[in-house]
Amino acid sequence: MSMPFYVSPEQLMKDRADFARKGIARGRSVAVIQYADGVLFASENPSQALHKVSEIYDRIAFAAVGRYNEFENLRIAGVRLADMRGYAYDRRDVTGRGLANAYAQTLGTIFSSGGEKPYEVEIFVAEVGDSPADDQIYRLTYQGQVTDEHQYAVMGGADEVVATYLKEHYTENASLSDALHVAVAALGRSSEDGNGGAGDRVIPAGDLEVAVLDRTRTQPRKFLRLMPARLEALLGDRGPTTPAAPETAATPESEIDPTDLPEDPASE
Amino acid sequence: MVDSRLPASYMMPGTSSFADFLAGQAPDLLPARRTVPQGHAGDLVPHGTTIVAATFPGGVVMAGDRRATMGNIIAQRDIEKVFPADEYSCVGIAGSAGLAVELVRLFQTELEHYEKIEGMTLSLDGKANRLAGLIRSNLGMAMQGLAVVPLFAGYDLAAGQGRIFSYDVTGGRYEETAFYSVGSGSLFARGSLKKLYRDDLSEDDCVTAVVQALYDAADDDSATGGPDLTRRIFPVVQVVTAEGGRRFADSEVAQIADAVIAGRMNRPDGPAAALT
Repeated sequence: MSMPFYVSPEQLMKDRADFARKGIARGRSVAVIQYADGVLFASENPSQALHKVSEIYDRIAFAAVGRYNEFENLRIAGVRLADMRGYAYDRRDVTGRGLANAYAQTLGTIFSSGGEKPYEVEIFVAEVGDSPADDQIYRLTYQGQVTDEHQYAVMGGADEVVATYLKEHYTENASLSDALHVAVAALGRSSEDGNGGAGDRVIPAGDLEVAVLDRTRTQPRKFLRLMPARLEALLGDRGPTTPAAPETAATPESEIDPTDLPEDPASE
Repeated sequence: MVDSRLPASYMMPGTSSFADFLAGQAPDLLPARRTVPQGHAGDLVPHGTTIVAATFPGGVVMAGDRRATMGNIIAQRDIEKVFPADEYSCVGIAGSAGLAVELVRLFQTELEHYEKIEGMTLSLDGKANRLAGLIRSNLGMAMQGLAVVPLFAGYDLAAGQGRIFSYDVTGGRYEETAFYSVGSGSLFARGSLKKLYRDDLSEDDCVTAVVQALYDAADDDSATGGPDLTRRIFPVVQVVTAEGGRRFADSEVAQIADAVIAGRMNRPDGPAAALT
């Protein structure tokens, strides 16, 4: 009979967290910004079919980074949960808080259960209210931690760089166009230096995935995707654009080299 | 260990249908899954009556009167029986009012659910077939007097025209041309539209034609409500065009209804059609 190696719980959790963080850091960032009429999501995503930002319910949207198959499962679960609650009770009874709690429980359980690998995802759940003060943005990490974000938040690959830029340039109650400019410029940043680095890029409108929860929409469903044509009109002339470096574009962020997988001490 | 995560069935890929998901998760929420005791229950519940729909170049109009009856009693005088199903379609219902409203809610959720999960809307035929499936599952109740008969209309973005679908209680789905009507007053409404309908009507004229048809239905069918002048209750009118669906504002319908009534003051039977 072989003796299992002893691994301290601290080490076990740290290994799992490192594993998840590594997976998440591979992807490109998603930024979320509050503006005068609601909440704006922006990310660099050349695919028009595989979305990082999606609608969950009337006032609730979802954004994620990390492994596509994992956050897609969570998104579908969220849509089902929201639709079922709205059908059983009323549309007003579907809240972002309830959804964030369900996600937190799910991610937390998966993270701390020994048998499964942790999800390599991070999620935003945002709900738009009747006024900017009522807007809510929740950030959920791979371990099921929930944080309440205000004004702006970033997750994914170069989140520090993007967040630094947003911190310096964010203004409250900005117009849609202003908020979009700030978010897109932040996503194209390459260094934390306030003056920008040599590698700063102007991301082409076709490579942007942008969506808003717009409280001024007359329909009950406040979610709206901004298509490239609309983005170009809003962004105006920004000079020559640079698509993402081909090697990053060619490697889907959700693909993980199997050799990168750490050996799971618990399964030995 | 207590597992507090979302149930595995929530995360399971596969179905994009909300009704299918409900059938697995909470079948008691589905109208069709209820067992009704033997006997005829039709007299116990309010019934909704006449729905009329007509196409015009560029879209389709659907209108419903506001009356629900229970035997000889008027159960409600301002019930709404025409609903938007999604952005490009609408549904009107005749039959057991409570079940019908529940079925419409299920259908609306079904379409929105599919759209959110798949990232695109169903084709108009797909929507019509899905509604047929929901009606079919209600057959048992229909045989006990709790029938729901919808009328479905929408703008087909692929074909570039408005289309109308009618149903029977077994879920049979029939596409109608030009105009159609369901409910107790439907025979009178259809007769009226036969004389009034032309295929080159403008949107406003098409709305006038269906309001005339509802007036004729109310004229001869006691279960169909006519315009209520004292309470200012007028039909619900939904229009769907390439720009999407919208409900005519009460004030707009009131204006059209007032014009129709003014005409009937001179000729109670409504506009006269040419003999040849």
